[in-house]
Amino acid sequence: MGPRGLGLLALLALLAALSPRSAAASGPALWPLPLSVRTTPRALHVSRENFSVSHDPASSAGPSCALLQEAFRRYHGYIFNLDKSQRGSAKRNSAVELKQLLVSVVLDSECDLYPNVTSDESYSLVVKAPVAFLKANRVWGALRGLETFSQLIYQDSYGTFTINECNIIDSPRFPHRGILIDTARHFLPIKSILKTLDAMAFNKFNVLHWHIVDDQSFPYQSVTFPELSNKGSYSLSHVYTPSDVHTVIEYARLRGIRVIPEFDSPGHTQSWGKGQKNLLTPCYNGHKQSETFGPINPILNSTYSFLSQLFKEVSAVFPDQFIHLGGDEVEFKCWESNPEIRDFMKWKGFGGDYKKLESFYVQKVLDIASTVNKGAIVWQEVFDDHVKLQPGTIVQVWKLQSYSEEQAQVTAAGFPVILSAPWYLDWISYGQDWKGYYKVDPLDFSGSPEQKKLVMGGEACLWGEYVDATNLTPRLWPRASAVGERLWSHSDVKDLEDAYKRLTVHRCRMVSRGIAAEPLYTGYCNH
Amino acid sequence: MAASGLCLPLLLAAALAGRAAALWPWPQYIQTSEAHYAIFPHDFQFRYHSSSAAQPGCSVLDEAFQRYRDLLFSSRAWYPPEPTRKLHALEKNSLVVLVITPGCNQLPSLESLENYTLTINDDHCFLLSETVWGALRGLETFSQLVWRSPEGMFLINKTEIEDFPRFSHRGLLLDTSRHYLPLTTIMDTLDAMAYNKFNVFHWHLVDDSSFPYDSYTFPELTRKGSYNPATHIYTAQDVKMVIEYARLRGIRVLAEFDTPGHTLSWGPGVPGLLTPCYSGSHPSGTFGPVNPILNSTYEFMSSFFLEVSSVFPDFYLHLGGDEVDFTCWLLNIVSAYDKGYVVWQEVFDNKVKVRPDTIIQVWREEMPVHYAKEMELITKAGFRALLSAPWYLNHITYGPDWSEIYMVEPLEFKGSPQQKALVIGGEACMWGEYVDSTNLAPRLWPRAGAVAERLWSNKLVTNLDSAFKRLTQFRCELLRRGVQAQPLNVGYCEQEFEQT
Repeated sequence: MGPRGLGLLALLALLAALSPRSAAASGPALWPLPLSVRTTPRALHVSRENFSVSHDPASSAGPSCALLQEAFRRYHGYIFNLDKSQRGSAKRNSAVELKQLLVSVVLDSECDLYPNVTSDESYSLVVKAPVAFLKANRVWGALRGLETFSQLIYQDSYGTFTINECNIIDSPRFPHRGILIDTARHFLPIKSILKTLDAMAFNKFNVLHWHIVDDQSFPYQSVTFPELSNKGSYSLSHVYTPSDVHTVIEYARLRGIRVIPEFDSPGHTQSWGKGQKNLLTPCYNGHKQSETFGPINPILNSTYSFLSQLFKEVSAVFPDQFIHLGGDEVEFKCWESNPEIRDFMKWKGFGGDYKKLESFYVQKVLDIASTVNKGAIVWQEVFDDHVKLQPGTIVQVWKLQSYSEEQAQVTAAGFPVILSAPWYLDWISYGQDWKGYYKVDPLDFSGSPEQKKLVMGGEACLWGEYVDATNLTPRLWPRASAVGERLWSHSDVKDLEDAYKRLTVHRCRMVSRGIAAEPLYTGYCNH
Repeated sequence: MAASGLCLPLLLAAALAGRAAALWPWPQYIQTSEAHYAIFPHDFQFRYHSSSAAQPGCSVLDEAFQRYRDLLFSSRAWYPPEPTRKLHALEKNSLVVLVITPGCNQLPSLESLENYTLTINDDHCFLLSETVWGALRGLETFSQLVWRSPEGMFLINKTEIEDFPRFSHRGLLLDTSRHYLPLTTIMDTLDAMAYNKFNVFHWHLVDDSSFPYDSYTFPELTRKGSYNPATHIYTAQDVKMVIEYARLRGIRVLAEFDTPGHTLSWGPGVPGLLTPCYSGSHPSGTFGPVNPILNSTYEFMSSFFLEVSSVFPDFYLHLGGDEVDFTCWLLNIVSAYDKGYVVWQEVFDNKVKVRPDTIIQVWREEMPVHYAKEMELITKAGFRALLSAPWYLNHITYGPDWSEIYMVEPLEFKGSPQQKALVIGGEACMWGEYVDSTNLAPRLWPRAGAVAERLWSNKLVTNLDSAFKRLTQFRCELLRRGVQAQPLNVGYCEQEFEQT
């Protein structure tokens, strides 16, 4: 038989082939699924020429709200650019036409602000001829509602743009729905980052966790310490200038997405050392310095004055209230080899417990963060190693092994949690691994209702060891979409078959919007 | 970089000259030195030697000259300032090409010679080959030898290369049935294949999922069996274009029409072709393989394969195949159309009586026996063999799996020299269950490059460190040429992939 190799797959292929032309069905397929959808069979016709999205006169946001103006234009494009065949104007006599979507922001619009962790993203949508209404408390909800509205429109078998009358009420299950990108292992051109932000908006993600620097390279161009990227980037063209960073932040804001930068320390900092003398710990081989360097040197005053200045700059450049301080995978070997560090340990009474030295360092960095008025997010080791944390410090759980227990412990200690452990999308395997990501429930750990409330959400992480601009998009999408729905939709939304059908259509929609999202399985898109 | 022994001086010679180390796949014999020559894009040209059998008007080489000019110079960011020219008395302003045997308008075949020699020294800049196909391989190598100084000068080292492929069938399988691949995707793949010196495009055209091949004898096949008969098909014109595009790059197109299984998509267009399945005493509404008991089946197959035999000019067709009686009959039909054939290993495993010149493709890793054993059995029975089992590139895992792909040795099985000689090569397979044009290129490249070098280069070229370095550099070169090749590990390329 066929040269495929897996019996199960052959069986699946057979099943799929029973309806060989059943690709993306033409009805609407919402992703992520809203909280409440009541839809009717009554189909309205929508035409490119007549249809418009406008501000409701009662809205607190008007044409002066650039964020919504741009979103209106964007979504008009998404809705009608679907039509590559230009058949869309073929009218059917019987259909009533939907002429307008009126968008109304009820409270103070927040049009010119940045989204934050408490931003209200709820909205309601009433689709009825001749005018549909989208209502939201803030612009952030309006953005989410526009995405949903655009997903409601489909082309019927004559190619006519169609929407069914319906009522939708929606709000996210978790406030923190993130994607981590890693621009240190491989540099990602700005265009790739912006594309990713587009796709995030299509999936209602609202946080870009920008792991901007690491051992391998330091592409962040600091105004205060320009040598960091001059010496620490892969090349002078592999750098994010202040203007690049600003572009990303504003592009994200317009899509209701926060940008949280991560400056991971004291480990993962080899590239920092190239442009900042005496920052890293010199490692010793016996009594001699070995010319290699370890984590940031935690015993020098100069270290902390450098970090104060760097984080002062970073906190001004990145407007989000939170900053990610890393703190993962600190290697103690080099510290142990260094006689001055050993002396310091003695003097501090740390004995041989290098976790205490790590804690000493991290606490200082946490203090620096609060001096510049930023909340902190840290990787789980910081909690595991008993660093004294200020209340409200968010702990990101990333280790796969017993991550539910970790969630239980972190929340029992009263700290908010972000879950990533089951969502390391850089770990690839053959077949439909999206199902595994989809089945995870972030609240599936033993704990009180108060503990569960401390789960802020989660992040899909695409680490960059084997990922750059060539494969980022198909590796992220639609696999990250599974995480997107898990974090937005109600916990009851977990029917895999239904998810498969909707996600297949959704991935074709992403492709038609210019996102090279890879296929879930055998089949095709119309575009 | 220390040479590890005296037995490999040829292979390691290049270590002396840093730049030449980036060749992929590695040539059979290379000698190179630090001495180098300047090349000035404005007056550099490819020229035919006066006694070459190919002369201006030879489509294969005329177009290749144009292509390699563009690859060498046009996508590079900027030209060096002209004044530097004075500093370089040693300039090469042309590569002179001499082809011995005429044959510009032919198709490449399994027997085509691809050997060439490339001489770049004080007196010569010269490419000599038996055939135009060899000249194409030499042009590719030449293009990989040119490098740029930090000041932007184009340079080429003094080099002597004698090169030929280890195996004559170096293939890549694409599956256009599970997912339709647009023509541009196929042609981009053919370009990247040429950069890797692949020479066979195994086109798995149709399967259960869809029937995109637009047959003129049986138009209902695509009308009813394709995903979308307006957009997701390959017309006769498309097929012709692919074949010509491949020919110009010295690549054969081996078409596969797999029967009698894997044919569900054939059913809607040819009523009665598939076997109706029964549940108890009633037809269940589902269908199995091609129905081997009806005369109409054989009439259909005769006409269909008559068409296919003329549309695809390569001597070989791939017939897939497994069931004894049916396959036996089909092989006879295709032989009658003066075609040779390649079949999957089941045909051999099931002891179908096949012509002695049949090529058998090994795809199963462990069952019924380990693939090396299967290679042994096939060649022992006197058949030619093609290896694919360890090269299913659609199977992905985390990390640098290219090295496993690379370390496969196709002749590592028990057998006489005569048996080994029956291994004509191998194929990297990219089945399409989870692959379409959104992720094909990064999934293929540079992983398929590992297969390409294994099939082209000397058996002794197995040093992973050297391969890693060269392949890393080569993937950056692929990026520069517009191939969306994914990274092997952390790092960067001067010119990153930019989304369009």
